[in-house]
Amino acid sequence: MAADKRKVLIADDEPNIVTALEFLLKRAGYDVRTATNGEEALALVESYLPDLVLIDIMMPGKSGYEVCQRMRERPEWRHIKIVMVTAKGREAEVSKGMSLGADLYVTKPFSTQELIAAVDRLLAVGA
Amino acid sequence: MLQGWVIVVTSFAYLGLLFAIAYYADKRADAGRPVIANPYIYSLSLAVYATAWTFYGSVGRAAGDGIGFLPIYLGPTLMIALWWIVLRKILRISKRNRITSLADFVASRYGKSALLGGVVTIIAVIGIIPYISLQLKAVSNSFAILLHYPEIVMPAKVAAQPVLTDTALWVALILALFTIAFGTRHLDAAEHHQGMVAAIAFESLVKLLAFLAVGIFVTFGIYNGFGDVFGRAAADPKLAPLLTPLEGVAGGYASWVWLTILSMLAILFLPRQFQVAVIENLDEKHLKKAIWLFPAYMVAINIFVLPIAFGGRLHFPGGNVDADTFVLTLPMVERQELLALLVFIGGLSAATGMVIVETIALSTMVCNDLVMPVLLRLKRLRLNERPDLTGLLLGIRRWAIVAVLLLGYLYFRLAGEAYALVSIGLISFAAVAQFAPAILGGIFWKGGTRRGALAGLLAGFGVWFYTLLLPAFARSGWLPISLLEHGPFGIELLKPLALFGLAGLDQITHAMLWSMIANVGLYVGVSLAGTQSAAEHRQASVFVDVFRSESGGARFWRGTASPRDLYSLLARFIGVAGADAAFAEYARAIGVKWPDEELVADAEFVHFVETQLAGAIGAASARIMVASVAKEEALTLDEVGELLDEASQVVVYSHKLEQKSRELEAATAELRAANERLKELDRLKDDFISTVTHELRTPLTSIRAFSEILLADPKIDLAERKKFLGIITRETERLTRLINQVLDLAKIESGRAEWRITRTDVREIVNEAIAQMSQVFKDKAVALNAHLPARAVVVEADSDRLLQVLLNLLSNALKFSPADRGRVDVTVRESDGMVRVDVRDNGPGIRPEDQPFIFDKFRQVGDTLTAKPPGTGLGLHISRQIIEHFGGRLWVESEYGAGARFSFTLPLAAAPAAQQGGKEEPWLQTSARS
Repeated sequence: MAADKRKVLIADDEPNIVTALEFLLKRAGYDVRTATNGEEALALVESYLPDLVLIDIMMPGKSGYEVCQRMRERPEWRHIKIVMVTAKGREAEVSKGMSLGADLYVTKPFSTQELIAAVDRLLAVGA
Repeated sequence: MLQGWVIVVTSFAYLGLLFAIAYYADKRADAGRPVIANPYIYSLSLAVYATAWTFYGSVGRAAGDGIGFLPIYLGPTLMIALWWIVLRKILRISKRNRITSLADFVASRYGKSALLGGVVTIIAVIGIIPYISLQLKAVSNSFAILLHYPEIVMPAKVAAQPVLTDTALWVALILALFTIAFGTRHLDAAEHHQGMVAAIAFESLVKLLAFLAVGIFVTFGIYNGFGDVFGRAAADPKLAPLLTPLEGVAGGYASWVWLTILSMLAILFLPRQFQVAVIENLDEKHLKKAIWLFPAYMVAINIFVLPIAFGGRLHFPGGNVDADTFVLTLPMVERQELLALLVFIGGLSAATGMVIVETIALSTMVCNDLVMPVLLRLKRLRLNERPDLTGLLLGIRRWAIVAVLLLGYLYFRLAGEAYALVSIGLISFAAVAQFAPAILGGIFWKGGTRRGALAGLLAGFGVWFYTLLLPAFARSGWLPISLLEHGPFGIELLKPLALFGLAGLDQITHAMLWSMIANVGLYVGVSLAGTQSAAEHRQASVFVDVFRSESGGARFWRGTASPRDLYSLLARFIGVAGADAAFAEYARAIGVKWPDEELVADAEFVHFVETQLAGAIGAASARIMVASVAKEEALTLDEVGELLDEASQVVVYSHKLEQKSRELEAATAELRAANERLKELDRLKDDFISTVTHELRTPLTSIRAFSEILLADPKIDLAERKKFLGIITRETERLTRLINQVLDLAKIESGRAEWRITRTDVREIVNEAIAQMSQVFKDKAVALNAHLPARAVVVEADSDRLLQVLLNLLSNALKFSPADRGRVDVTVRESDGMVRVDVRDNGPGIRPEDQPFIFDKFRQVGDTLTAKPPGTGLGLHISRQIIEHFGGRLWVESEYGAGARFSFTLPLAAAPAAQQGGKEEPWLQTSARS
C-alpha cells in the first residue's frame, strides 16, 4: 500500500507563480490545492488539512503573516509545516515570519530545486 | 477778665487737647489704621515751619522793613518747584535706607561715618538753640503782656528777672515735660511719631485761624479794608517808604537774594522740617498734594501781615510798643478780650509746635548719632552684654530734650535781648544752611567724600559761629564790644561783621556769603583731592543712583555671622517682639518657614538686620554693632570695583546667553521639523524601494521558476511547454515594462527627464493613440470612438509624453471594459482657455473609497477577490506627473457600476502670429469596427 500522498496548499495572488509551484509540487509527488488570497487559504486549511502550506506574504485581504498567525493559534494545526515564499527579503521581515511560527522562509525568486528539496525534508520528518 | 489763672488754665487746656489728639492718633497707628496717612495732614504738618516767629515776628519785621519780610516765605514757595526733584530723592533714599534723622542721612551717605553724624548733631543743636530761645521769648513775652490787660506794658528786660520767677524758665520746663510725654513713650524702629504729626497738623490750623482772626479784625474791624489801611500808610511819610519793596530791606538786592536762598535751604534742612517732611512721611505720593497746599498755607498766613503791621504803626505812632507784639496788642487796645486770648493761644500753638518737633528731632540725633556711637565704642561699659537697651535709649532721648530746652533758656537769658525775633531766627537758618553742600552734593555727586563733607561742615560752622553767634554775645555784653569794632586782637581784617573788609552787607548776608564760600570750597576741594573708602563708594552709589537701582548695597558684604547672634543683637535694641516680627517678615519674604527652618546669614540677611537696627540707633551705630557681631572681611575699593564690574559683566553675559538660547531654540525647532520631514521622505523612499523590489521580484520568480522547470524536464509535453514559455515571455515583458516605467518615473520626479516642448495639436495625439490601440480594441471587441472639435486645439507640450498619457488612459479603459459590449469614448473640448480631454468607459467603475488612491504609485484597483489585474500600477501616477508638468490636471469621476471617466485639462497655447491651418474641418468621427 502506497503511503498517502502528502498534501500541500499553495497560496499566492500571482497566478503564474501558483501555476509554477503547482507543477513543481505535483511533479514531486504531492497532492496540491491552491488559493489566491488569505481567506481562501484559511478555508482550505480547515477543509483540506494540508501537511504543508506555501504562502506568499503580500496578498490582498489577509496577508501571509496573518494566515501564519491564525494557523499557529489553533492547536490542531500546529503540526502543519508553514513555508513563507515571498519577495520580501529583509532581515526584519524574515525574523517576523519566523517568530510568527513559520518553519521556513524562502525569498523570491527561488531555486526550484532547493524549494522542492526543502519541502521533501520538512515532510520527511515525522510520521 | 483776663486774669493770670484764666490764661494759665486755657493754656493747659489747649496743651491737654493737643496731647489727647496725639494719644488718639498713636493708638490708631498701633492698630494699623493711621489717621495721618493722608496728604492734607502731611501738608499741614509741613506748616510747622511757621512758628511764633511767623506769628509775631513777621509783623514785627514788616513794621520795620515793609515788604522786606517776604523773602522768608518766598524761599519755601520757590523751593516747591525743586521739591519734586530734591525732596523726592531724599525721601526715596531715606525710606530705602531707613534713615532716622538729618544726621543719620549725612552719616549714612558718607560711608556710615559716626564722626560726621556727631558733627552734624552738634551743629544742629547749637544752631537751633537760638531758634528755641526765640519761641520761649515769644511765649513768655506774650504771657506777660496779656497779663497786664487792659494796659499795654512791654515786658521787662530779661536780665532784670530773677531766674526762678522767670516765666520763660517755667515755659521751658513745661514744654520739656510735654515733649517727653509726646515723643518718647516708646521706641519706634522707623522713628515715626504719628501722634505728634496729628497734633502738629491740628496746631497748624489753630495758629492759622488765630492769625486770620486778628487780621480780619484789624483790616475790617479797626479800619475799612485793605484799601483803607494801605491808603493811610501811604499818606504817612514815615510809613510810605515801607511800601516800596527794595527800599524796605537793608542791603537791597543782595539781601533779598540771600534771604530767599536761606529760607529755601531752611525748609529742607531745619531738623523739624526734615522730621515731618522726610522721616514722618508715610507715602511718597503725598508730596504731590503738598506741592500746592503748602504754598497756599503760606499765602493765607501772610495775607494780613502788612495790614496788621501798618495798623500797629498807625495805632502806636510813638514807637514804644514793640512791633513784634502788634498781633496781640491791637486786639487788647480795642478791648477784644476773647480775640486777645485766641491770639495768645495761637502764638502758644505756634511755639509749642516748633519746640516739640524740633526737640524730638534733635533728641533723636543726639541719642543715635552722638551719644550711642560713643557709648558703644567704650568697651568699658560692656554694652554688648546687656540684653535690653531700649530703656537706655529712651533715657538718653529724654535727657536730651531737657538739655536742649534748658540750653534754649540759657541762650535766652544770655543773648536773647540782642536782636529782634526775626534776626534770631535767621541765625538758626544760617546754621542749618551749612548742611546744604554736604547733603545736596551728596545726593547728586558721587564724588563727595567724607573728609570733604567734614571739612566743609566744620569750616562753614566755624564761620557761622564767628560771624553770627559771637556778635550776639558781644552785643549782650558777654564778650567785649571791641571785638566787633576792631576785630580780634585788633586785627581789622577779621572783624566778625566785615570779614576781609567786606562791609556794607547786612549781617546775615555777610555771614552766608563767607560761610558758603568756606563750606562749598572745602567740600569740593577736599573731596576732589582725596579718595573714597569702599564703604563711601558703595553708599555714594546707593544714594545718587537711588532711582535707578532696586536693592540696597547688600551685595557688598563678606563675612560670617550666626543668625542667633543677629537675633539677640536686634532684640537688644528693638525688643524681642520687634526682633520676632522682623525675622518673621524676612522669612516670609524669602519663603522660609521660620523658626522651624533656620535662616541663612547671607549678605542679604545681614543687610536686612542692619537696616532694621539703623531704624532704632542710626546707620553708623548699626554698622558698628553688626560689624562686631559678624566677623567681617573688609572689602577694598578694588574689590568693590571688581564686584561691580563682575556684576555688570554678568548682566551683559546673561543677556547674550538669553539671546543665544533663544536662537538655539528656534534652530532646534527648525532642525526637528526638517528631521521629521526627512524621516517621512525616508520612509516613503523605503516604501517605494520595497514595493519596486517586490514588483521586480515577482515576474522574476515566474521567469526563473519556469525556466528551471523547462530545463529540468526535457520531456514536458508540448502544450505545457508552450504555456510555460508563453508565461516566461509575458513576464519578461512585464518586467521590462516595469523597469522602464520605474526609470521613467525616477527621471520625471528627479527633474532629469527631457521634455521636448512643442506646439502640439491635441487632436493629432488622440488620433495617433487610437490608431495604435485599434488592434487590441478590436481583439477584445470594445468600441472606441473619438469626438474632436473642428478647429485645431494647440497646447505647448511634449507630444510623445502626451501620447504616453493617452495610451495609458486608453489601455486602462480597455482593461476594465467588458468584452463584446464595452465602449470607450474620447472627447476633446475647448473651454476657458483650457483644453479638456475625457476618456469614458462603461466598465464596472471605481468605488469612491478607492478613487483618491488610484493615482498613487503601485496602486491598482479591482475586486479584491479576483485576480490581480495586469499592469504595473504606475501608469496613472506617471500620467498625472506628466499632465501636471504641462500645467494641467488629471482626475477621475466615477460611479460604482456606471463606468469611469478620466479627464485632464491643459492650458491652451497662445495664439501664434500666423493663423494655423485655415481650413475648417467638419466634425470628425473615427470609429473602430464594433
